[in-house]
Amino acid sequence: MLRLEPRAAISRKMRWLTPLLAVALTVLTGAVLFAAMGYDPIQSLRAFFVDPLTSRYGLAELGVKATPLILIATGLAVGFRAGVWNIGAEGQLTLGALAGGSVALLFWDQEGWWILPLMGIAGVIGGMAWAAIPAFLKARFDVNEILVSLMLTYVGLLLLSALIYGPLKSPEGFGFPESRMFSESAVLPGLLEGTRLHLGAAITALVVLVVWFLMTRTLFGFQVTVIGQAPAAARFAGFSQKAMIWTSLLLGGGLAGLAGLFEVAGPIGQIVPTISPGYGFTAIIVAFLGRLHPFGIVLAGLLVALSYLGGENAQITVGMPQAVTGVFQGMLLFFLLAADVLVRYRLRFGSPASSPRAARS
Amino acid sequence: MTVARLVLSGIRKAYPGVLANDDVALTIGQGEIHALLGENGAGKSTLVKIIYGVLAPDAGEIAWEGRTVTIASPHAARSLGIGMVFQHFSLFDALTVLENVALGLDAKLDRKTLAERITEVSEAYGLPLDPHREVHELSVGERQRIEIVRCLLQNPRLLIMDEPTSVLTPQEVERLFLTLRQLAAEGVSILYISHKLHEIEALCDAATIMRGGKVVAHCDPRTETARSMAELMVGSSFAAPEKPEKRLKRAPRFSVNALDLPTAEVFGTALQGISFDVQVGEIFGIAGVAGNGQSELLAALSGERLTVPEAVVIDGQKIGRLGPRARRMHGLAYIPEERNGHAAVPDLTLADNALLSAFDRRGLLSSGVIRHARASAFAREIIDRFSVRATGPMARASALSGGNLQKFVVGREILQAPNVLIAAQPTWGVDAGAAAAIHQALIDLAGHGVAVLVVSQDLDELMGLTDRMAVLNGGRLSRPLVTADATVEQIGLLMGGLHDLPDEVPQSDGQPEATHAQA
Repeated sequence: MLRLEPRAAISRKMRWLTPLLAVALTVLTGAVLFAAMGYDPIQSLRAFFVDPLTSRYGLAELGVKATPLILIATGLAVGFRAGVWNIGAEGQLTLGALAGGSVALLFWDQEGWWILPLMGIAGVIGGMAWAAIPAFLKARFDVNEILVSLMLTYVGLLLLSALIYGPLKSPEGFGFPESRMFSESAVLPGLLEGTRLHLGAAITALVVLVVWFLMTRTLFGFQVTVIGQAPAAARFAGFSQKAMIWTSLLLGGGLAGLAGLFEVAGPIGQIVPTISPGYGFTAIIVAFLGRLHPFGIVLAGLLVALSYLGGENAQITVGMPQAVTGVFQGMLLFFLLAADVLVRYRLRFGSPASSPRAARS
Repeated sequence: MTVARLVLSGIRKAYPGVLANDDVALTIGQGEIHALLGENGAGKSTLVKIIYGVLAPDAGEIAWEGRTVTIASPHAARSLGIGMVFQHFSLFDALTVLENVALGLDAKLDRKTLAERITEVSEAYGLPLDPHREVHELSVGERQRIEIVRCLLQNPRLLIMDEPTSVLTPQEVERLFLTLRQLAAEGVSILYISHKLHEIEALCDAATIMRGGKVVAHCDPRTETARSMAELMVGSSFAAPEKPEKRLKRAPRFSVNALDLPTAEVFGTALQGISFDVQVGEIFGIAGVAGNGQSELLAALSGERLTVPEAVVIDGQKIGRLGPRARRMHGLAYIPEERNGHAAVPDLTLADNALLSAFDRRGLLSSGVIRHARASAFAREIIDRFSVRATGPMARASALSGGNLQKFVVGREILQAPNVLIAAQPTWGVDAGAAAAIHQALIDLAGHGVAVLVVSQDLDELMGLTDRMAVLNGGRLSRPLVTADATVEQIGLLMGGLHDLPDEVPQSDGQPEATHAQA
């Protein structure tokens, strides 16, 4: 019989080594998988992991994809550390995109520096409003936030469909379910000439620094840690659990909303029926792969962004199916969780009761 | 010549990193009440688990009535004739006494026979028990009787009792001792595990003292003193706390007025009309068996649960509506009963744990930003002033022994210069040396005019420490007694639920506010 036995001491070094181990195992298994599918494993891995990084444009695209992942994961990680499980970032992203994008459409025929900041604020508020629903239900009635936030994602996506087929549809769009293109004043300025890298990446970097400071240097970060690790000790210290539910959900929702706004005001430039390829869900992987630490999340975000790019590139150059991206992301999370289990537990064979007697002889 | 009932020799058991039992020898004669003494972590539980078949020893020999045996499981232990009453009961609240006993028996009897046997055994040994009552209606003492009766039904020849008196009132303890002596007179051997030395003096014929996994002495408790046994247990002599004579000033520093609090849990206890004052420089004790409203009272006093403003008053300020942080700013400090996860966060460093309650009063923040260097310095100060054995402020709280972590928690609260300190079970599960140091710290604090409230189940602790004490029973508080004039018997009666004492009992002289509020 196989069983898991808790280890006496959990190595802290391993906590940071396991993500690297998970990446290595993913690459290895990927190679085997490619070979089994009849592709040249070396060439395929090259197409997946190396080629996208060899051009200036490719690197910029990495930043474009990593921006929403890092921004969302940074916000989610605060909640995860406090034991507040917001799984609905995808919905919050959608509402942020809708709210911020609506501001752009409202002023589509106007120019001005004030439009973008206003869109940003609307995007944050949109995401926060969507996260406020699970926050209210959790703080007031102790309703499970995992279920509420997750289910609201689908409500959010359907709301987007309803609006884009209705009031937000462009009058000059020949009936296509798309909004007008945003005006010049409503599109994020680029950071690198000839690429799609936009101001959102710089703001994300700033957010990462601010959250890192909050988490490591301030009483707020300390409260998050204590509430997450020992709720009774948090009550003893006088930290409010309810306030933390609200704060962490609003922070996570607000940053997801901002990420949604960056998508529509950045690479997309209008509101479309599909705003994100699941960034809100993938960000959960990013948050855990980055060990819920802002800097770890930056590295994890870049890696997972590469899996999006690599998947696209492998489709084009090697002719692999689109599903390969999801397979890689799934393997990454699987190996990370499996490695985590082995860091915490030891694998033992045989049944527990009888084993000590063998030592008597 | 009679054969000893149980002889252990060369028993050894190692866990990763710890030698829990090292060459342990123990002989229990027939009809002998044998004490097993030792501090937490001395290896008592491991040894008992080996005897009861829960653990297998790495080496050593067990001889049962002259025959070498291997005890592979608790079931095997029971069939040899070994019964055990655990410190923590395994009873189902919603089932009757009869059903609980039936579930724990190896032999299956029909309900009627079993009910008769229960009544028979409980009458024979002075353990009154109604087989048809549900467990949740019973007191802790009655619950323990179920466990004992369950053991006795199997006719054991060795009965192991693990810290049986920690939850009993003094009267219940007396009663239990009668039962145990009767059993011993009938030839049943008893292995009695405890760290309460005066009980062992009163009850036991022989004692084995363990320290650090080894047997350090076999002795006869009737010829030893409590102090000599304590020193064998600890391995060194330590200073007993000194309590100076003092005259109390009549100046209430901390008052609780007609505090009512509904219960928050299913089997919790609601508080009803609790009133008392703690004077400047006084140590006030609240005794009582666990589950009589202690956790509710502590939550209401510390601010973890809120009440009406006037229910809790500190130096004339009504703080009943304030949370823990605001109460701390008014000078209230609190030492919770549970160290791990309540008073301290095990996975955080001592510096972070110093921060946990001291950030306001010790100026460890500057506009929301943590001053890590100051927090570290504060942790260092606690470690030095309270002789906490730790590698330094960066040590994790979980790396400290229970006693050292408790000294750290006590030091953290005391060094915040509180006006009022509430301590719940301040020496629970702490070694004797640390307990003495903590008691001394509380006495010194009161000497500086701080009002100290100690809530404890340990009557010895309260009798030695407090100036006045009251008893919490069923969510109500008795009138306070002057400790010096009170006897253990009086307190015991109050713990058992007798609220009105006979007239001749000396009561705390004139507490007009308290008496008024209770009326």
